Amino acid sequence: MASCHAPQASFFPQISPPFSADTSSSPIVSCRFPCRYASLQVSSPSSGTFVPRAEEKTKTERNIFACAATASRLVAEKPAPTKKKTTITKEEGLVLYEDMVLGRSFEDMCAQMYYRGKMFGFVHLYNGQEAVSTGFIKCLKEGDFVCSTYRDHVHALSKGVPARSVMSELFGKATGVCRGQGGSMHMFSKEHGVLGGFAFIGEGIPVATGAAFKSKYEKEVLKNDKVDAVSVAFFGDGTCNNGQFFECLNMAALWKLPIIFVVENNLWAIGMSHIRATSDPNIWKKGPAFGIPGVHVDGMDVLKVREVAIEAIARARRGDGPTLVECETYRFRGHSLADPDELPEKAHYAARDPILALKKYLLQHNLADENELKSIQTRIDEVLEDAVDFAEASPLPPRSQLLENVFADPKGFGIGPDGRYRCEDPSFTAGTAQV
Amino acid sequence: MGLSSIAYDLGSGLNGPMSISHLSSPRQQLAFSAKSCSRACITVRAADGNSGSMRAPPSTVRASKLVTNAVAVKSETASIAATKSGHELLLFEALREGLEEEMERDPRVCVLGEDVGHYGGSYKVTKGLAEKFGDLRVLDTPIAENSFTGMAVGAAMTGLRPIVEGMNMGFLLLAYNQISNNCGMLHYTSGGQFTIPVVIRGPGGVGRQLGAEHSQRLESYFQSVPGLQMVACSTPYNAKGLMKAAIRSENPVILCEHVLLYNLKERIPDEEYVCCLERAELVRPGKDVTILTYSRMRHHVLQAAKSLINKGYDPEIIDIISLKPFDLHTIGNSIKKTHKVLIVEECMRTGGIGASLRASIMDNFWDYLDAPIMCLSSQDVPTPYAGTLEEATVVQPPQIVKAIKQLCG
Repeated sequence: MASCHAPQASFFPQISPPFSADTSSSPIVSCRFPCRYASLQVSSPSSGTFVPRAEEKTKTERNIFACAATASRLVAEKPAPTKKKTTITKEEGLVLYEDMVLGRSFEDMCAQMYYRGKMFGFVHLYNGQEAVSTGFIKCLKEGDFVCSTYRDHVHALSKGVPARSVMSELFGKATGVCRGQGGSMHMFSKEHGVLGGFAFIGEGIPVATGAAFKSKYEKEVLKNDKVDAVSVAFFGDGTCNNGQFFECLNMAALWKLPIIFVVENNLWAIGMSHIRATSDPNIWKKGPAFGIPGVHVDGMDVLKVREVAIEAIARARRGDGPTLVECETYRFRGHSLADPDELPEKAHYAARDPILALKKYLLQHNLADENELKSIQTRIDEVLEDAVDFAEASPLPPRSQLLENVFADPKGFGIGPDGRYRCEDPSFTAGTAQV
Repeated sequence: MGLSSIAYDLGSGLNGPMSISHLSSPRQQLAFSAKSCSRACITVRAADGNSGSMRAPPSTVRASKLVTNAVAVKSETASIAATKSGHELLLFEALREGLEEEMERDPRVCVLGEDVGHYGGSYKVTKGLAEKFGDLRVLDTPIAENSFTGMAVGAAMTGLRPIVEGMNMGFLLLAYNQISNNCGMLHYTSGGQFTIPVVIRGPGGVGRQLGAEHSQRLESYFQSVPGLQMVACSTPYNAKGLMKAAIRSENPVILCEHVLLYNLKERIPDEEYVCCLERAELVRPGKDVTILTYSRMRHHVLQAAKSLINKGYDPEIIDIISLKPFDLHTIGNSIKKTHKVLIVEECMRTGGIGASLRASIMDNFWDYLDAPIMCLSSQDVPTPYAGTLEEATVVQPPQIVKAIKQLCG
């Protein structure tokens, strides 16, 4: 199988490899992170794995993420090859912009509402990662599937779930997309092909693989040629050390399933840094081990993500199989709203805010002017105001809703002592029957 | 009242069934079977081949034939075999028949598991199906239970009707994340948007010296998961019927099979039938005591019953079939008649099906009980390898006889 760290020209545009196998640097690097992490020994056992460059430091401190910062600088500063630059139309550009603004504004509103006591529990915000969601999901069509983790609000929004439904779900109201039964970490939408929303990392990847399997089954067994749905599974760097990730890479490659595995590598799994948890932090390299192309892309640049997405989705639709895409991205807030918000690389990545980057691009290339972009922001603000008002005004789920969706077929509650199915008793579904 | 019974053997399958019908007295047969021999087999001739419940749905109602003696004899069977319609098969063949019929009926039904395709299944339940339906419908998976069970969930959510075979129920422990979190929950957390019509099946229970990990009794591990239904088959008749019902159900269903029951032989109807997933089966009506049991223990109870009947007891034997939810109607009617209950299960004592059933009975039928509910469960030990210890792990017929004597006096 071709090794794909420098993707073949026929599949993907040239994307610079993140780390060069520079064996002249010292093989052992000791990094110290001042505030809470012990010194870290980072070794480069073989060629091809990343080697930090000593001279590229952030500010005065040697940061264990000098490595990552190095990588990102390599990717960010590489002069864009003018001939191969993605050209987008004005319409496409505005769609991307609006989607990212929606994602960012929605998450900011969530934070506000959370601290005002309108939503509870674990709420994980997507600020900073919008380019990945927008870049991929805006290339999908109706009938395609998206599967996410607990950081799923923006995936649902990008896929088309109305902001009202998502906000309402977060408020725990009966009008929420899951009737208030799922919450922040369990966003599902049958209408828009959102397969969840999973609290445990890794458990969504097999579900996405199953949706891709169904697509293949429909084509080959049910002989329905009109179907070419693809699945996109989003998950983080922490998940890439989990068994389900590897098991699904294997199965997807084995059966050439139409799935794209998108890694949102934001370097942190709550408080565990990716480099401390992973023997080889290059996640994209793990694809070729299973015969899947592995691509690394700058996840803070929506145009680059989109370029890769278009290619990967086309590949899957053609029946050529899965792709593993590692998006280097970052979250601007803490792991969840209940966690501290003090990550070290924030300043560095804030300078690469994807929304500002796209705005700059649109203005520079005369695809839009300031007023148009402002009006988009205004429109989104109105959408969110409406969403919050709708959620506030919506009713809470009544007691009678408690047992309604436990079983698709409520005969599953069994036969009661009187010989009737329990679900035939109206007080049972009202939750007032003795169980 | 006739003892409805079936012909079966508890052989390992490697050496084929052996008949001991030449042992004329029940005592001899019982003694033979009590030995933990890998070729041990008990042959009880079919009285009417039907162990249908009195409240069975119309499609399964059949006339039950009264047999005056407790143990039917060989000659009777021969004549019955000649006159009765239907066909004889082994339990694993009945499962396959049910599976095949459903796969023919609905093209969305597919099977996933280890060795289900080209190998035909470790217990031959899917033998021949891959040749007939293709590799995608009978999918040989890599050894990744958690992921392929999750894959089945994803496929079910998007429209297929997968059946996941665990080569052994114990292997499904690796899939527990997907079974509990996804199978059980996603219909609820999605607000009813997605259904998960999966069937998860596999052999469990204590076998013949298979060692601790292959001899697990895991019914209790799954029973608390909300959103799942769980049934246990015990005869070829209910195996086929439950398989079909489970596949047709919109709920996720766990079908518990038993590793020692695959070679049970019974005559089942030619015409199509489906069992009810929520209903218990009245195996033998009686009036002295209610014995509630399921899976392999049903056969130990039947064995013990022969001895009990000879001693003058009249036990009512109910195979609960539905482990979750319990059929409180059939169970309740029985308790109202007999006022005494003995539960015989292979599950472990702590937190087992019996523990749950006892609580349910106390909640609902306390006023009808004349004695505390007795429960015989298997020991809370990892199943030992040594034959003598393994035999002592599960409930044996002499223990059942003793318990009834204690309960009924």
